[in-house]
Amino acid sequence: MNTDVRPHTPPGTAITAGQVLGAVPDAVRRLDPRSAVRRPVMFVVWVASVLVTVLVALAPNVFGVLVTAWLWLTVFFANLAEAVAERRGRAQADAMRRSRTETVARRVSPDVEEVPPAGSGDRVPAGDLVPGDLVVVGPGEVVPGDGEILSGLASVDESAITGESTPVVREAGGDRSSVTGGTTVLSDSLLVRITAAPGQSVVDRMIRLVEGARRQPTPNEVAITVLLATLSVLLVAAVTALQPIAAYSGARQPVLVLVALAVCLLPTTVGALLPAVGIAGMNRLVRRNVLATSGRAVEAAGDVATLLLDKTGTITFGNRMATELVPVDGVGVERLAAAARLASLADPTPEGRSVVELCAREHGLSADTTSDERAAVRVPFTARTRMSGLDLPSGAVDQPVLIRKGAAAEVVQWVRDRGGHPPAGLPGIVDAVARQGGTPLVCARAEGGHAEILGVVRLADVVKPHMPARFAELRRMGVRTVMITGDNPVTAAAIAEQAGVDDHLAEATPEDKMRLIREERRGGRLVAMAGDGTNDAPALAAADVGLAMNSGTTAAKEAGNLVDLDSDPSKLIAVIGVGKQLLITRGALTTFSIANDLAKYFAILPAMFTAVHPGLGALNVMGLASANSAVLSAVVFNALVIVALIPLALHGVRYRPLGAATLLRRNLLLFGVGGLVAPFLGIWALDLAVRHLPGLG
Amino acid sequence: MNPATAGLLQIALLLVALALSYRPLGSYLARVYDSPVHNRAERVVYRICGVDPEAQQRWTGYATGVLCLFGVSAFLLYALQRAQGVLPGGQGRPAVPPDTAFTTAIGYATNTDWQSQPPEVTTGNTLLLAGLTVQNFLSAAVGVAVAVALVRGLARERTDRIGNVWVDVTRGVVRVFLPLAFLGAVVLLVGGVVMSFAGPVVVTALDGAQHRVPLAPVAAIESVKLLGSNGGGLYGANSAHPFENPSALTNLVQVYLMLLVPVALLRTFGVMVGDHRQSRPLVSVVAVVAAAVLCLVWAVESRVPRGAAQVAGAALEGRESRFGVFGSALFAVAATGTSTGAENAAHNTFGGLAVAGLLVNMVLGEIAPGGVGNGLHALLVVALLAVFLASLMVGRTPEYLGKKIGRVELSAVSVAVLTMPLLVLTGTAAALALPTTRDALAEDGPAGVTAVLYTYASAANNNGGAFGGLDVGGGYVQVTVGLVMAFGRFLPALAVLRLAGAFAEQGRSPVTAGTLPTTGPLFGALLAGVAVLVAALTFLPALALGPLAGALG
Repeated sequence: MNTDVRPHTPPGTAITAGQVLGAVPDAVRRLDPRSAVRRPVMFVVWVASVLVTVLVALAPNVFGVLVTAWLWLTVFFANLAEAVAERRGRAQADAMRRSRTETVARRVSPDVEEVPPAGSGDRVPAGDLVPGDLVVVGPGEVVPGDGEILSGLASVDESAITGESTPVVREAGGDRSSVTGGTTVLSDSLLVRITAAPGQSVVDRMIRLVEGARRQPTPNEVAITVLLATLSVLLVAAVTALQPIAAYSGARQPVLVLVALAVCLLPTTVGALLPAVGIAGMNRLVRRNVLATSGRAVEAAGDVATLLLDKTGTITFGNRMATELVPVDGVGVERLAAAARLASLADPTPEGRSVVELCAREHGLSADTTSDERAAVRVPFTARTRMSGLDLPSGAVDQPVLIRKGAAAEVVQWVRDRGGHPPAGLPGIVDAVARQGGTPLVCARAEGGHAEILGVVRLADVVKPHMPARFAELRRMGVRTVMITGDNPVTAAAIAEQAGVDDHLAEATPEDKMRLIREERRGGRLVAMAGDGTNDAPALAAADVGLAMNSGTTAAKEAGNLVDLDSDPSKLIAVIGVGKQLLITRGALTTFSIANDLAKYFAILPAMFTAVHPGLGALNVMGLASANSAVLSAVVFNALVIVALIPLALHGVRYRPLGAATLLRRNLLLFGVGGLVAPFLGIWALDLAVRHLPGLG
Repeated sequence: MNPATAGLLQIALLLVALALSYRPLGSYLARVYDSPVHNRAERVVYRICGVDPEAQQRWTGYATGVLCLFGVSAFLLYALQRAQGVLPGGQGRPAVPPDTAFTTAIGYATNTDWQSQPPEVTTGNTLLLAGLTVQNFLSAAVGVAVAVALVRGLARERTDRIGNVWVDVTRGVVRVFLPLAFLGAVVLLVGGVVMSFAGPVVVTALDGAQHRVPLAPVAAIESVKLLGSNGGGLYGANSAHPFENPSALTNLVQVYLMLLVPVALLRTFGVMVGDHRQSRPLVSVVAVVAAAVLCLVWAVESRVPRGAAQVAGAALEGRESRFGVFGSALFAVAATGTSTGAENAAHNTFGGLAVAGLLVNMVLGEIAPGGVGNGLHALLVVALLAVFLASLMVGRTPEYLGKKIGRVELSAVSVAVLTMPLLVLTGTAAALALPTTRDALAEDGPAGVTAVLYTYASAANNNGGAFGGLDVGGGYVQVTVGLVMAFGRFLPALAVLRLAGAFAEQGRSPVTAGTLPTTGPLFGALLAGVAVLVAALTFLPALALGPLAGALG
C-alpha cells in the first residue's frame, strides 16, 4: 500500500529513448492541420511556419532556410511532447482494452434468476453487450464488461486491472457484488447483469482521458487557454504594429524576421506542453492504480479543503485489539493474564485472538490450546449474555472453574449472581479505558461459589502508525481531515486525538455524512471522500472528489469520479498530491513561458534596429554577433526549451506538502526569476555556436 | 537649500499628507458606498431623475446606466459647444468647430479632458460651468462607481446584484467630490490661485507687448480638475500658468490633490471586502512603481548639462522656474500616474529617458495609482492575472478573495487587459502609416514616434495630457483620438462590471493554509512584476523606436 503524499517518480517511469522514438511517427502525423488546430497557440506557429516556408521557397537563403526549419521543429517538438505522454498512458490502457474487445460473452435470456449450467447461453462479442444484458461467466472465463452479480459466488483474478495476483471473492448481494470487465473468474460461475454500455465502462472513460484527440479540456485548462490566447493576441498585435512604426523610422523589417519574433514571443512553451501535462497527470494516477473518470475530479483534488475518511480500516487497523491488561487492586497481573487467555481461547474473533496474543507476547503464556483446555466447555458470545468464556474442569466434578470476559455491566451482574462483590476500583478503571477510546472487557473468575473480578482487558482501535504524520502534512497543505465513525462520541474523540485528525463525526449514519458534505460545500469547501457501499453512493456523488473502492458495489463506482483498484481509501491523500502537482506544473510552465519573453526582445530588437538607431545596440546585453545570428539563436532556444521541459511536463514539478506561502516563494523563484534569466544564458550560448554558420557571423 | 534637499522635503511632506488622509478618507469612502441611508440632496436628485434608489441592479443594468450616462453627457457637451455662439454667457466666443467639439465632448465625458484648443480662447463661462465642470464631477464619480461595483462583486456572495449606478454616481458627486473640491478650492485660493468672473487683465510681458489674460473661477475648477483625475485646465498652459498654479507650495498641493482619492480608494477596497490587509500589496505596488518612475524622471532631469547649454538654462527649458526641476518631475509623474493629464511643464522638452518613464507610467495601464476608480479596478485586474499564475503554482485552481477565476472571469480580465494596448498600438501604427498624420508631425524619427505614441497612450488611458510635436488639429487625429478615448474608457469598464457580476454570483471558498496569501510583500512583488512584464512585452518595440532610440541615439 502506497499512501505517500509525494508523487515521486516510481522506478521504471523514466522516459526511455524507445518511447520517444516510437512517438516520432505519431508526432509527424500531428502536423496535419486538422490535428494542429486543436492546440491554439501551436496552430498559430503552424500557420507561421507555412507562411515562412512559402517566403523562403520564393527567395531561398541560408538564414531563411534555418529559421524555417526551426519553426517547423518547434511545432514538431510540441507534437512530440503530446505523443510521448499519450504513448506512456496508452500502454496500460491498451492492455485493458484488448482484454475487452477480444472477449466473447455468453448471453442468457433476461428472465434467468439462478446461475445456469456452464456452457449455456449465446456466444456474442463483448462489445455488443448493452446495459441490462445478462451473461454467465464460468471458471477460466473473462468477465465481458462491468456489471453486477445477480447470483453466484466465485473467486476472481483481478490482476489484469489491479496488478494484484491474489484472487478475491465476489458474490451476489452486499458490498462485493460488482465485477470489472477484463478480470477472470477462477472458480465457480456467476450470473452477471451488465451495467455499463460499450465504451462507457470505467476503463473506457479512463482511456479517453489519456488520449489527446478525444480528451475534453478540463475547466482549468480552458481558463489557461483563454490566458494564452489573450497573450497571443497582445504579442501578435505588438509585432504587427511594429512594422508601420519601423517603416516610419526607416527600418522596414523582412516578414521572416517579424514572424520569427512573433513565434519567439508567443507562449509556445506552455502551449506545447499543456496537453502533455494533462495526460501525464492522468498517467500518474493510473500508476497508482487509480482510474479517473473525469479530468475535472483530478483538478478538484488540488483544491480539496476537507477530507472525509472512515475510521475503520483507513485510519485504524479495522479490528479492535487488546493492548493492555489492567488488574483491579489486590490481583496480580499474571493472574489476570491467565484468566484473560483462558476466556479468549474459545473466542475465534480477531479480538479474542488478540487477547491470546497479548498474553503470549507480554506475559509468556502459551498461545496454543492444550488438550485439557480443549476439553473445557466453551461458552460462546451471545447477544443476550454479552460475554464469552470457558468452563474448565477442576477437581470437583460439579464445580468447574468458570472464566468469563465481557461487557462491564453483564460481568458485574454475573459476579453478583454468584455471590461475589465487584471491587470498588472497577468503575474507575472501566471509565478510564473508555475515555481513552478503548473498549473495556471485564474479566471474572468463579470457582466453588466464590466469584471475583480480576481486572479489565483494554481493547483499542489501533491507529495505523503512519497516519498522524500524513494528517499533519495535510494540515500544512490546508486540508482539514474529518474522521467518520460509528463509534460513540467518547471513543471517537479519543481515537480522533490519537490519529491527529482535525475533526470527527461520531455515531455517523449515511445521512449524517451527506449532511456534513452539504454543510462543507455550502461553506465553499471542496470535499473529498472514499466509499464502497451502496449507501455511500449519494455521498460519493455529492462530494467533489469521490474515490470509489474497486471492491465496492457498482452503485458506488458509478457515483464516484475516481476508482481505486487497490481499494485503499487512504489513497485519497495521494490523489490530492497528484491534483496539486498537476496544477503546479501548469502554473510553473505558464509563468516560465511568459517570463522567457523579455530576453527575446533584448535579442531581437537590437538586431532589428541597430542599423538605423545605433544607440539601441546598448540593448544587446548578450553581445550577440549579428542580426541574423540573434534571431536564429532566439528561435532555436524557443524550440529547444520545449524539448528540455518535456521531462518536467511528464513527471510534474516536484511537489512537497508545504504551505502555500512557502510553495509560492519557491516556485516563483524557480520558474519566474529562473524564466527571466534562463533565456539570456541560453540565447547567448546558442549564439556562440550559431555565429560560425556561413552567412550568420 | 540645494535642489535635492528641496525635492526630498517635498516628497516627505507629500507622503505625510497622504498617510494622514489614507485611513480616514478610505474608510469614509467605504461608508459612503455601503451606507443604506440617502441624504436629502440625494433624494431630490433621485426624485427629479425618477430613480428608485433602493433598486439593486445586475451588472448589465449597471453597465447600461454607465453607458447611458456617457451618451447623454457627450451629446449635451457637444450641443453646448456647437451652440456657444447663440447661448448667453459665451463671452463672445463662437461655436466650437465640429471635430474639436466631438473630441472635447468625448474627452470630458470619459474623464480624459482632452483639449486640442487653448480653452481660454474657445471656452466661455456657460460652457465651462454648465458643461465641462459638470463632467469633471460626473465622470470622476462614474469612474469610482465602476470600481466600487467590482469591489462589491468581490465582497458579496450568491447574488446577481452589484449596486445601483445612479445611487453610486450621485453619492460620488454629493458626498465625495463636491465637499473635497470645496476644501481643495479654499486651500488653492489661499495659496493664490485666481477666482473671479471679472474681465481679462492686461499684462505687459518681458517682450514689452501687452497681453489680455482672461480671468475665471479658477480655484474652484482647478480643485476638481485634480481631485477627479480630469486634468482639463482653464488655460492652455494648464498648471504651468501662474493663475492656475502660482507657487511651489500650490504645486505640491496640486500633486497631493491628484493622488488623494486614488490612494484612499485602495484603503476603501480593503474595508469593503472586510480585510484591510488586502490593500497592502496594492499600496506597495503603487508606491514602488511611482517611486521608480519618479527616480528615473528626476535623475534624467537633474543631469545638469555642462558649458554653454547650462549658461543658457538648458535644464529648465520648458519648465517653470517657480517649481524647479523636481517640482516639474513630481508633477509630471503624478499627472501621468493618475491619468490626470495636467501639466506644469512641457513634457516634450523632458529628456528622452524621462519621457520613456512618463510613457511607461501611462502604458502600465493606470496602476500607479491610476485615475479615480480606474486605478483601483486596473490594479485589481492585474491582481487577478497575478493570482491566476500564483494560485496554480501553489497547487490550487485560481481564486482571489475566495472567488474562483474561471473561464468567464478570465475572459473579462482579458478584455480589460487587452483594450488599452490594442488601442494604443493600432492608433500609433495607423497614424504613422498615414501620410496626413506624418505631415502633422513637427519632427521625424524617434521624436515623431514618441509624439504619436504619447498622444494615443494618453487618449486610451483617459489621461488627456498632450505632448507637443503632433498637430492634432487635423480631422483624422481628432476623430481617432475621440474614438480611442471612448473605447479606452468603456470597454474595460464593461469588462470590469462583467467581472463584478460573475464574482457576486459565486460563493466564497474559505481561507486555508493551502490558499494563496494575497496580503504579503511576495504577492505585492508578483503584482508589480506582472504589471511591468505585460507592459514591457507589449510596448518595448514601440518604446525602443520612440523615446529609447531618442535617448540612446
